[in-house]
Amino acid sequence: MQKSITEIENEIVEDFNLFDEREDKIDYLIDLGKKLPHINSKYMLDDFLVKGCQSKVWLHAYEKDGKIFFEADSDSVITKGIIALLIKVLSGQSPTDIINNNLEFINRIELQSFLTSKRSNGLNSMIVKMKAYASAFA
Amino acid sequence: MNDSIRAQFPILHQSVNGKPLIYFDNAATSQKPLAVINAIKDYYEQYNSNIHRGAHHLAQLATEKYENARTAVAQHINASEHEINFVRGTTEAVNLVATSYGRKFIKAGDEIIVSEMEHHSNIVPWQMLCEEKRATLRVIPINDAGEIIFEEYLKLLSEKTKIVSIAYISNAIGSIHPVKEVISEAHKVGAVVFIDGAQALPHKKVDVKDLDCDFLGFSGHKVFAGTGIGILYGKAELLEAMNPYMGGGEMIKSVSFAGTTYNDLPFKFEAGTPHIEGGISLGAAINYINEIGLDKIASYEDELLAYGTEKFLEVEGLRIVGTAKNKASVISFLVNNIHMNDIGILLNEQGIAIRIGHHCCQPLMDRLKIEGTCRASFAFYNTKEEIDATVNALKRIVKRLS
Repeated sequence: MQKSITEIENEIVEDFNLFDEREDKIDYLIDLGKKLPHINSKYMLDDFLVKGCQSKVWLHAYEKDGKIFFEADSDSVITKGIIALLIKVLSGQSPTDIINNNLEFINRIELQSFLTSKRSNGLNSMIVKMKAYASAFA
Repeated sequence: MNDSIRAQFPILHQSVNGKPLIYFDNAATSQKPLAVINAIKDYYEQYNSNIHRGAHHLAQLATEKYENARTAVAQHINASEHEINFVRGTTEAVNLVATSYGRKFIKAGDEIIVSEMEHHSNIVPWQMLCEEKRATLRVIPINDAGEIIFEEYLKLLSEKTKIVSIAYISNAIGSIHPVKEVISEAHKVGAVVFIDGAQALPHKKVDVKDLDCDFLGFSGHKVFAGTGIGILYGKAELLEAMNPYMGGGEMIKSVSFAGTTYNDLPFKFEAGTPHIEGGISLGAAINYINEIGLDKIASYEDELLAYGTEKFLEVEGLRIVGTAKNKASVISFLVNNIHMNDIGILLNEQGIAIRIGHHCCQPLMDRLKIEGTCRASFAFYNTKEEIDATVNALKRIVKRLS
């Protein structure tokens, strides 16, 4: 049974709360980035690039049994870590749930504080793009 | 250099993410000494008032301080006071020349030369001018070390060449261009030369008479003054021949609906109430660096560059982008296939401020076939210990990410 978005968000917040030090939280993000599987190279094309990120982010989505699944990659490990979190939360959810969720975990783990200002715009671009995919399949 | 200099820069004494701040983003903007901070504070606390026309004590004081700053700048670069125009920064200086000089003197078929490694601010205004006048922009190519290829420059020069515009020092990779030779060759074909001095003024003595440049622009905030103020130097006869850039107060002699006569230099190019405390802060900054001595600053920064270059190369997989023989204290680098953003973020976690990206030099990055670099740029208040700490942080980052 697929967990709900809120359940997954709570798990992520708990994971991050295990670390007191910023450095360890970043290490965790790097680990997530390293572990995220590479996207199929056929999606590593400009058509799949998310605009507005300083690093390259390729995002692909498909629908199966009414759920949306995301695959993504980046040339930056930290960006990949962030994508891994977004995928964890949104992949396998219904289009309506994806569109209506406002991803509160981002503020709860203070993700923005690890990013340069340009990058938080990039984060926003990724979320917008994921929701756009969900809308297209809705 | 020593602690007494660092003591003059209050901002340096703070922690970022629990670590002492190491500020290596000086090519983007410099930090301000107490002399500059106090000059701005004193202006607002003691004599804030509009300049040049007020018939009262405060206005006289403000005018005097503002004009003293102009004098300080003029003496600093060996120009006359009426050749020193206060502008917002280097970008405005380029735009002013491209607009006021360019619109009047550039015709269809004329050519303007820039280098491949210019800042966008020294490319786009000329592109706009070329488009408007159906003139052609020619580009001096560079070699892999990041030096302009002088023979190629000579080939570009012809009687069609009307303007050559080039940076003294590259902001992205630190190359120091042989501007004196560039200028003398341009003059042989009758072209005028604009020197983008944004990166040069903080590091070395610039003498406009010795260089014989026709125009020079620089920004106050990169030379330890406040933001929003800069200088356009121009040879008097050229400035006289140009039309005003903006209309408004200050720049007029008399106004009537039958016609307006313009004020004399330098006020002709200074429409509106100027950035008074900015100008005053620039005067204070110039006085400050002259007290230390630019020769001393330059030789200390050369030492930092030599030390930094050696140390940075100790990091496994690190390569320095820009290896010109003649270089300012800028180290642009990449490490293996690690993304520059990851390096920037992880250095920031250690309290180390660098810049990442294309540094407003996309044509240069295209030429070097990279998307950008990590850039550490040093000022005279930086130390070898800071370089050591940064190199150690980089070594740990490389280990973490590989």
